[in-house]
Amino acid sequence: MTLTSKPAEAEPTAAALPGAADVVQRARHDPDVAGLGRGRATVFVAPALVIVAVFLVFPAIWTLYLGLLDYSLTGATAQDPSFVGSQNYTDALSDPVFTKALYLTLLYVGFSAVIGQNILGFLLAWYFRTAPRAVRSTLNVLVLLAWILPGSVVAFLWQALLDRQNGSLNALLHTTGTAWTIDHPMAVIVIFNIWRGAAFSMLLYAAALNTVPTSHLEVARMAGARPWQQLRDIVLPTVRRHVLTNTLLITLWTFNDFTPYLLTGGGPDHRSETLPVYIYKTAILGGHLGYGSAISLLLLLANLVIAVFYIRLLRGGDDESALRKAERKARRAEAAVAS
Amino acid sequence: MATVELSGLVKQYPNGVRGVDGVDLSIGDGEFFALLGPSGCGKTTLLRTLAGLEAATEGTISIGDQDVTALPPGDRDIAMVFQDYALFPHMTVTDNIAYPLRIKRIGKSERVARATETAEGLSLGTLMQRRPSQLSGGQQQRVALARAIACHPRVFLFDEPLSNLDARLRLEARTFLKKLQQSLGVTTVFVTHDQAEALAMADRMAVMESGRIRQIGTPREVFQRPASTFVANFIGATPMNLIDAQLVSGRLDLGGFTLPVPDGFAVSEGDKVVYGLRPEYLSYSATAPTSKDAVQGTVATVENLGVNVLVAVDAGEHSLRAVLPEADEPALGSTAWLTPAPGRALLYRGAPPSSGELIGS
Repeated sequence: MTLTSKPAEAEPTAAALPGAADVVQRARHDPDVAGLGRGRATVFVAPALVIVAVFLVFPAIWTLYLGLLDYSLTGATAQDPSFVGSQNYTDALSDPVFTKALYLTLLYVGFSAVIGQNILGFLLAWYFRTAPRAVRSTLNVLVLLAWILPGSVVAFLWQALLDRQNGSLNALLHTTGTAWTIDHPMAVIVIFNIWRGAAFSMLLYAAALNTVPTSHLEVARMAGARPWQQLRDIVLPTVRRHVLTNTLLITLWTFNDFTPYLLTGGGPDHRSETLPVYIYKTAILGGHLGYGSAISLLLLLANLVIAVFYIRLLRGGDDESALRKAERKARRAEAAVAS
Repeated sequence: MATVELSGLVKQYPNGVRGVDGVDLSIGDGEFFALLGPSGCGKTTLLRTLAGLEAATEGTISIGDQDVTALPPGDRDIAMVFQDYALFPHMTVTDNIAYPLRIKRIGKSERVARATETAEGLSLGTLMQRRPSQLSGGQQQRVALARAIACHPRVFLFDEPLSNLDARLRLEARTFLKKLQQSLGVTTVFVTHDQAEALAMADRMAVMESGRIRQIGTPREVFQRPASTFVANFIGATPMNLIDAQLVSGRLDLGGFTLPVPDGFAVSEGDKVVYGLRPEYLSYSATAPTSKDAVQGTVATVENLGVNVLVAVDAGEHSLRAVLPEADEPALGSTAWLTPAPGRALLYRGAPPSSGELIGS
C-alpha cells in the first residue's frame, strides 16, 4: 500500500489541535492578519491615501465646487465667479447637445467596447488558443501595437487610411472621394476603437481561457458536446468573472475616451461628439469652466453607476454567494414553519 | 455492454515520440481491466486514445463489433471518469450528473429522474442541490461516477480513479468501485500506477512500459509469474530479489552462495540467468537449518512494516530482501539463514538478446 503525501483534510487537523479551530476562525474575521497594529498599518497605507486624495478626491470635490459656479476661462466671471447653485446641472440636462452627446457616448461604448472589443477579443483568444506558438506571438505583437501606440499616432495613421483623396481605404475599395469621417463619423470612431482596444480583451481572455480545466472540456466532448455547447456550458460559465471584469474596465475606459476627437473633432455637426469631447469643447474651447465641471460630474456619476452595476453582477452567482443565498432561504423556510 | 478490441494501436506525437507503440489487446465483455505501469509508460495515452480524446496514428479500436477508430468521442458510447473528477463548479450535483443526458437531448424531467435515481444508488441523494465545492473528495468522486453511470455507456474508462483520495478513503473506494463494477457488469478499463490497486481490483491487467504491453494476465498470474524482470520489479509491495546467477555443475552460482535450479525451467550448464524470488517467499532461521539450500548472511537493516518486518541480509556479494512475520524480527548485525520457499523462485534470461525474459519450461 502506498502512502501519499497529500495532507489530511483541513477540518480533522483543526479539530485534532486544541484551539486551532479558534485561530482559524479569528484569522478569518480579524482584519489585522499581519499583526502590525493599527498605528503602523496606517503609516504603511498613508502614502497611497495621500496620493489618492491629492490626485483623485480633491479634483473631484473641486469639480463639484466649480460646477456650482458660473466660472469661465476669460471675462468678468473668470475674475469674480458667482454662485449659481444647480443652474449648470439643470442647463445641461435641458441642453439637447448634452443629451445627444450622452446618447452618442452610450452608442460609442455599447458598440465599440461592450460588443465590439469584447467579442472580437474573445474570438481572437478562442480561435488562436490552440494555434502554434509562433502564430500566437505574431498576433499578440500586431494586436498589441494598436493598443500601445499613442493615441495621436494612431489617429494620424487612421487619417491617412481614411483620407478623402489619397487614403488607402479609398484606394483599396476604389471609392476615391468618399469622406468617411464626414459621411459616417460614428461608424468610423466605433470601428477605430474596436481596432484599437481589442488587444486588451484578447489578452485578458487568452489568460482566462487558460483557467478552463482541459478535463472539463473533455468531459463535455465525451458526452458529445459540440464546440458551441462546450463554449456555452463550460467555457463561458468558467470565465464569467473575467468577462465582467473586462467589460467593466473597457466600459469605463471607453466612456472617458478622448481619442475620437483626434479623428473627427466631434463633427460634423456634433454627430460624433461624445461626452468627453463635449466637455473639452465647452470647458476649454468655449471657456465655460463651471458648466464643463457640472457635465464632468455627471459623467463621473454615470461611471459610478456603471461600476456599481458590474460589481453587483460580479458578486452574485459565485459558489459562496449561492451558498449564502441557500442558507438565507433555508432560514426563512424554518421561520415560516416555526410561525 | 461490449468487448473492446485494440489491434496494432499506435499513437505517435508530432515530435515523433510514440506514446502507444503497437498495442494489441482484447478486453472481454463486463471485464474489469487494469492498465498498469510507471508514469510515462503510455497507459493514460492508451486510455485517451480508446476514449477518442487522442486520434490513433495506426491500428484499429473496436467496441462491441463496431470499428470506432475514426469516431469522435461523443459517438463511441463511452463514459470516462477523470483523475480530477472534472465536475463543473458552476452546476449543482443534479446538473453535473445530468449533463451528458442534456447533451443527448433527453427531456428535463427524465434526466432529473435518471440523475436522482443514479445518485441515490451511490448514496448522494441528500446532496443533489449542492455545488462540487461543497462536497468532500469521496463525494465528488461518487458524483463523477454517477455522471458516468447515468448515461448507461457500453464501456467505462477510469483514469487513476483513486489517486485524489487520501490513503484510508482509497481503501474504501477500492472495495466500493469493485462492487459497483460487478453489480453494473459494464466493461471497465482503468489506469493506475499503483500495482496494489491493480492487483486488488482488476479481473485482468496489462503491465505497460514505454508504450508497449509487457504482460497481460490475471493479477495472480502477473504476481506469481512476472513475464520479465521489469514486471517482476514493478509488481509487489516490496521489489523482488533479482540476482545474476550462472549454472555451474547443476547448481546456480549466485556469487558467494549456491541454490538449486527451481523446477520447470529449461537451463543448461553455463547459462547466465537472473534468479528471482519475492521477499515474502524467504523464511528465516536464527540457527543453521538442516536444509543445505539455506543462505547464510548478516542482518544489515530491519524496517518495520507493522505486521511484518522487511529485513535486508547481506549474503555473498548481494543483499537479499526478506519479509518476515513480526515474531521473527532478527537483531541487527546477527547472523541469519534464509531458505527459499519451494516452487516460488523464477529464472529469467541473463544474457542478450532476450535478457530479462522469463525462461520457459
